[in-house]
Amino acid sequence: MSETRKLDFTSFRERIGDLRGREYWRSLEELSRSDAFDEFFQSEFPQQALPLAKGVDRRSFMKLMGASVAMAGLTACRPPGETIIPYVNQPENLIPGKPMYFATAMPLSGYARGVLVESHMFRPTKIEGNPEHPASLGASDAQMQASILGLYDPDRSQVVRHMGEISTWSEFIAALQPVLNQERAGAGGLRILTQTVTSPTLGAQIERLQAEYPGLGWHQWEPAGGDALREGARLAFGGFANVLYDFTRANVIVSLGSDFVEEGPAHLRYARDFASRRRVRQGERDAAMNRLYAIESSPTSTGSIADHRLPVKPSQIESMARAILAALGGGSAGEDTHAPEFIAAVAKDLLASRGASIVIAGDHQPPAVHAIAHGINQALGNIGSTVMVIDSPEVRPVNQLESLRQLVTDINAGAVRALIILGGNPVFDAPADFNFKAALQKVPFRAHLSLYNDETSLLSHWHIPETHYLESWGDARAYDGTATIMQPLIAPLYNGRSAYEVLGAMLGALNTSPYTAVRNHWFERGTTEETWRRALHDGLIAGSALPPRTVAASGAVPASGPAQAAGGIELEIRPDPTIFDGRFANNAWLQELPKPQTKITWDNVLLIGPGTADQIGFGVDERSALFNELKTRVVEVEYRGVKVHLPVWVVPGHAEGAATIYLGGGRENGGRIAGAGTNIYPLRPSTAMWGGAGARITLTSRAPYPIGCTQEHQSLDPKLVGERGIIRDATYQHYLGNPNFVQDYEHQIEQVAGLENSNESLYPPFAYKGHAWAMVIDTSVCTGCNGCVAACQSENNIAVVGKDEVVRERELHWLRIDRYYKGDPANPQVYHQPVPCMQCELAPCEPVCPVQATSHSEDGLNDMTYNRCVGTRYCSNNCPYKVRRFNFFGYSDYDTPALKAMRNPDVTIRTRGVMEKCTYCVQRINHGKIEAEKENRRVRDGEVVTACQQACPTQAIVFGDMNDPSSHVAQLKKEPTMYALLGELNTRPRTTYLATIRNPNPELVPAAATAAGEHH
Amino acid sequence: MAEKETTPVHEVRPTTQEVPARFMPSPTIEPGHSFATITDHISTIVLRRKTPIGWLVGFTIALFGVGILTLSLTVLVGKGVGIWGINHPVGWGFDIINFVWWIGIGHAGTLISAILLLLRQEWRTSINRFAEAMTLFAVASAGIYPALHTGRPWYDFYLFPYPNTMGLWPQFRSPLMWDVFAVTTYATVSLLFWYVGLIPDLATLRDRANNIWVRRVYGMFALGWRGSAKHWYRYEHAYLLLAGLSTPLVLSVHTIVSFDFAVAQVPGWHSTFFPPYFVAGAVFAGFAMVLTLAIPARKFFRLEDFITMKHLENMGKVLLATGLIVVYAYAMEWFYGLYSGNVFEIFMLKNRATGPYWQMYVALWVCNGLAPQLMWFKRLRTSTFWLFVVAMFVNVGMWLERFVIIPTSLHRDFLPSSWGMYHGTVWDWGVFVGSIGLFFALLFLFVRFLPMISIFEMRTLLPEAQAHAKEGEAH
Repeated sequence: MSETRKLDFTSFRERIGDLRGREYWRSLEELSRSDAFDEFFQSEFPQQALPLAKGVDRRSFMKLMGASVAMAGLTACRPPGETIIPYVNQPENLIPGKPMYFATAMPLSGYARGVLVESHMFRPTKIEGNPEHPASLGASDAQMQASILGLYDPDRSQVVRHMGEISTWSEFIAALQPVLNQERAGAGGLRILTQTVTSPTLGAQIERLQAEYPGLGWHQWEPAGGDALREGARLAFGGFANVLYDFTRANVIVSLGSDFVEEGPAHLRYARDFASRRRVRQGERDAAMNRLYAIESSPTSTGSIADHRLPVKPSQIESMARAILAALGGGSAGEDTHAPEFIAAVAKDLLASRGASIVIAGDHQPPAVHAIAHGINQALGNIGSTVMVIDSPEVRPVNQLESLRQLVTDINAGAVRALIILGGNPVFDAPADFNFKAALQKVPFRAHLSLYNDETSLLSHWHIPETHYLESWGDARAYDGTATIMQPLIAPLYNGRSAYEVLGAMLGALNTSPYTAVRNHWFERGTTEETWRRALHDGLIAGSALPPRTVAASGAVPASGPAQAAGGIELEIRPDPTIFDGRFANNAWLQELPKPQTKITWDNVLLIGPGTADQIGFGVDERSALFNELKTRVVEVEYRGVKVHLPVWVVPGHAEGAATIYLGGGRENGGRIAGAGTNIYPLRPSTAMWGGAGARITLTSRAPYPIGCTQEHQSLDPKLVGERGIIRDATYQHYLGNPNFVQDYEHQIEQVAGLENSNESLYPPFAYKGHAWAMVIDTSVCTGCNGCVAACQSENNIAVVGKDEVVRERELHWLRIDRYYKGDPANPQVYHQPVPCMQCELAPCEPVCPVQATSHSEDGLNDMTYNRCVGTRYCSNNCPYKVRRFNFFGYSDYDTPALKAMRNPDVTIRTRGVMEKCTYCVQRINHGKIEAEKENRRVRDGEVVTACQQACPTQAIVFGDMNDPSSHVAQLKKEPTMYALLGELNTRPRTTYLATIRNPNPELVPAAATAAGEHH
Repeated sequence: MAEKETTPVHEVRPTTQEVPARFMPSPTIEPGHSFATITDHISTIVLRRKTPIGWLVGFTIALFGVGILTLSLTVLVGKGVGIWGINHPVGWGFDIINFVWWIGIGHAGTLISAILLLLRQEWRTSINRFAEAMTLFAVASAGIYPALHTGRPWYDFYLFPYPNTMGLWPQFRSPLMWDVFAVTTYATVSLLFWYVGLIPDLATLRDRANNIWVRRVYGMFALGWRGSAKHWYRYEHAYLLLAGLSTPLVLSVHTIVSFDFAVAQVPGWHSTFFPPYFVAGAVFAGFAMVLTLAIPARKFFRLEDFITMKHLENMGKVLLATGLIVVYAYAMEWFYGLYSGNVFEIFMLKNRATGPYWQMYVALWVCNGLAPQLMWFKRLRTSTFWLFVVAMFVNVGMWLERFVIIPTSLHRDFLPSSWGMYHGTVWDWGVFVGSIGLFFALLFLFVRFLPMISIFEMRTLLPEAQAHAKEGEAH
């Protein structure tokens, strides 16, 4: 240790110059970052020095996380240095305990979704949708909700690294100078690789950079980006364009493999608009219900709420599209005419709704399908009415696959001398045949800006930690071009840098602050202090949406693509519904969020239909037995010469002869939990980005693989669900004929079972004189997207339990979305039923608790007193809805400092051995009551909004005071379609449901099925 | 009416002819014993200096079980109930199965001691002490579960109605609360009953002990018993009162345990016939366990003269009778379920018989339904081998019964979305095996240090005592 005494003060000064804010050093040795210090540090804390074994479980991971954050020095809990504007009220002084809301936007694949961020003492704790933002309208999805955990993720990269060694920003800048100098001297070969860029500021910076270095190449790559959309629009409209849809005006919608309620930058908006035409209410019969046809291979959320769903192989979607176009009188149908009566009915329906229909192609359908869909919309006169075309909000729309291909080609040709990668993780997610990993290593200077020290960072000379969107100023455009100035909610936790800073540094300004970059950009373009403040306050720049273009889709139908190689099983590749392309793989909330259609957590599996399962020898008896134990077989997928082993899972309704896999699993270096699942990027060559034919699936003899599926598969026998009256449904026509079908059915049951007086009690009912909180959930519009589940997790500090515990059936989500099937397993109807606590007036859980840890409040809440609970679990046993959740272990992480800052301070963290459950967000109720009491008035309807309700894109969840006759919830309680789940148990649940109403085309529904399909 | 004509003429046998042995009532104590031989024989087992090798071996094995228990409970308290197999649909597993199983076993003791005492069933005398001890140890083993199955056992005291500054009381509507009272009362009364019954014998041991320390220890516990008429008078009163107190407990404890289920609304639990069904099941289980223990003990300590075939046979008969009640209950479950027309009840029954745990249900019928039927045959009823076999079947069967009731009902209840599976983990088995170890360890200590048969009560069975007693009654 003698060397450590020889302190090098020059280097000290350098390092001190690099420190920002409260980044303290612990000792001079650390400051000098001498080898000796590192040696000492590593031997003292060996777990930090060792790369973590892959198999680290969640709990030890959380502990390690805690240690690493403590070591790094948490520089949180302070406002950013610049002025940011709170959303609603700007308190004169910060009031501790009072949250403030700030508007900003979450960019995903470049596109902004407006958010409001709840901030407690400048700690952002919760994300909500921004009601004024067109892409959100107040709704939020699981990824938005979980981004708060992404912010505090202690696994995020915390230091600049050079060749894997800890370094500094100034050293990076210094290293960059020769590269820039050479470029300036005309050496060429400097490239930038970004993700999709809609940020006007960033775009302007790149333009300036390109002006300064004319040879500078800009490439864009996004593994689950919109290449097909872009190319499809180009085919149809002759140039890059964004196509927007107005679902509020569409009577008939045909989805060609599109999951518009779940995917894409506008999905929240589209889901809201779509649902606005599906709410069936008494006395509101004028607005006819819309009708959705879904033609798709893999079951999607959109397909699950469709009135008609036709499962076809992925390759058949194009021919189906052609057939529809042909039936409308354009083009010619291919030879492969599948389900002609379906096509005929769809065409007839579309023709009847000219100008008020939408044909929408999936984000991952080939460009030809998009072009055909645009053609159909053109033929129907929808363009300009329900379909709008605008210029692309992207700064420079390109075919990103070709852009990356160009980059790789140039690298291989030795033409790239330096590569600056701003975000993204191409080493992990580039097409397999590009062999990006090998190519990257040929670049003499490579730097990577990234949230995590990930696969790409490891192969880069320089790694710069990136700021989270909540940590940095920025701007981005939404799907319709609306621009948002993104305000930071917190100073960078881990001293990250944003892309603005990297580009600023390349432009010669060593310490460009993102604030000045963004502000200057907008002020140069006419923004004034007043409009700036307005924009920050609102979360968007008014009037910045791009105007619709008057264009017509070319009538020319693109020729059929080359015939797919026949034989084998067709593979469909989709981004993961929770962890997307893999970028959210280290987000435990998203990993543990059940995937909407399969309810699988922590894994990506090969999804196949029941027929295909039989075909590969995975018979129904074996799979029922295995699935019942939450296990499955492992298959070998051989596709284009690559073999991957994956667990297989059978989903009713999946097209036969096809299989689906989700991207994003099996990260090698994405953080300690990102390794969950299997990496299927090797199955993704540039020629078939979203799958193709020719896969061979064989069962392996590997031991059964445990699957963390939250809804046991075998329990989905439709007959069982039907006879229990869990789901009530009817067709729209039937409803119009008999709106009281739910009541009629219940009377019938009561008579048969002799239950007329089953609600009688010896005791007079409790008079709820004040408030009577209640909830109504409209199952007609629930898409099963899980936004509510994630919102609940964030609002209520719900712990993550990890895959092993999910396999042991111990997940903690207070709110779950039950999914049931009805009809033929090859193509069943799907029903989503969100199940929070029913807050029963006669709650079975209450009398059985020996210590009165759960009791009833005077406004009808079934309260949980955590510190009184001893954990007998009797309440859970006696809950017919099984909504109570038990802390079998100490799941909550009490130690990690970063996670402490993340939590909602109004909600208790539950300890080991305690029962917990949905509270109707009692903290929000109490907040509302206190506010109302201060003003000496009753709580207004809509003043108290539960987290699930707030997140729901389709507004399926309505909460309020039942005692207030004008409240929305009181109105809905009077709907004839309202029913109580397991109401015959006389639990008198406060949460009730509206029956699912579907609007099938009478021409396609056999008469018998309509009659039989009502009560169920 | 042809039969009347063919009515056989009764032969008149000479009265001097000996009655065949099979028609003689079998004795509750073999002939040839005097007050002295009884006292000698029973007290020597305790007071002899040399510990038998067999005892040492058995005790060591039992202690090993206690070790497993200690380990399992340490891990349990250290890590949480998550080490067990319980999960969201199935909140109770081995913990409550074993609790009910042990409490059921505990029933035979009180039944034999109290009810049979009040009914003046003399044959109970030689087995009551043993059965009472078994009760106590079974209750001790049972007590582990409710105390430690909670998520936060260090707050278990919330279940007791103690005065506190927050003015909080337990929830008196909860069957678990009733359990607390039922089980603690039962444990207390059983202990008192057992101890009071022991006092005269402790005095005997004190008087017969050679070693001064042994004498002092027994003397301390004998509470100064001198056998005076006044002592006997008080003793008889106390014992009878305790018997009177215990009698309702035999019915109440398992009735209340059954309320844990009957009060809940889970299909398969929510049933009004649970109290009698559980009480019968408990007696059934208890007698099976008494047989399981008495048969080897009788052999090992050569107590055949005291625990005679009559005892064993009677217990076999009780097993048969209670077994039939239990089978009736199983049948009635089907009747009620099907007659109700309730989809949840019908499904529950179908799921028991054909669901993933059907093997358990079939095994239950074999163990509790079929095996006791062997007791119809006197030849099997009087064979220690067959009695032991049937008792073992019943021991297993009663465990299975609780498995069928608890996890099988919970794992598939109302909403199919929440269904799941339940499997005991190594720690579940650890606690179970450990509690058996604890039970046997206590039992080994008991047979070594206390008279396993009531010496003074055995003496009352002798003909000379009987004559005396009858005289006394006549007054």
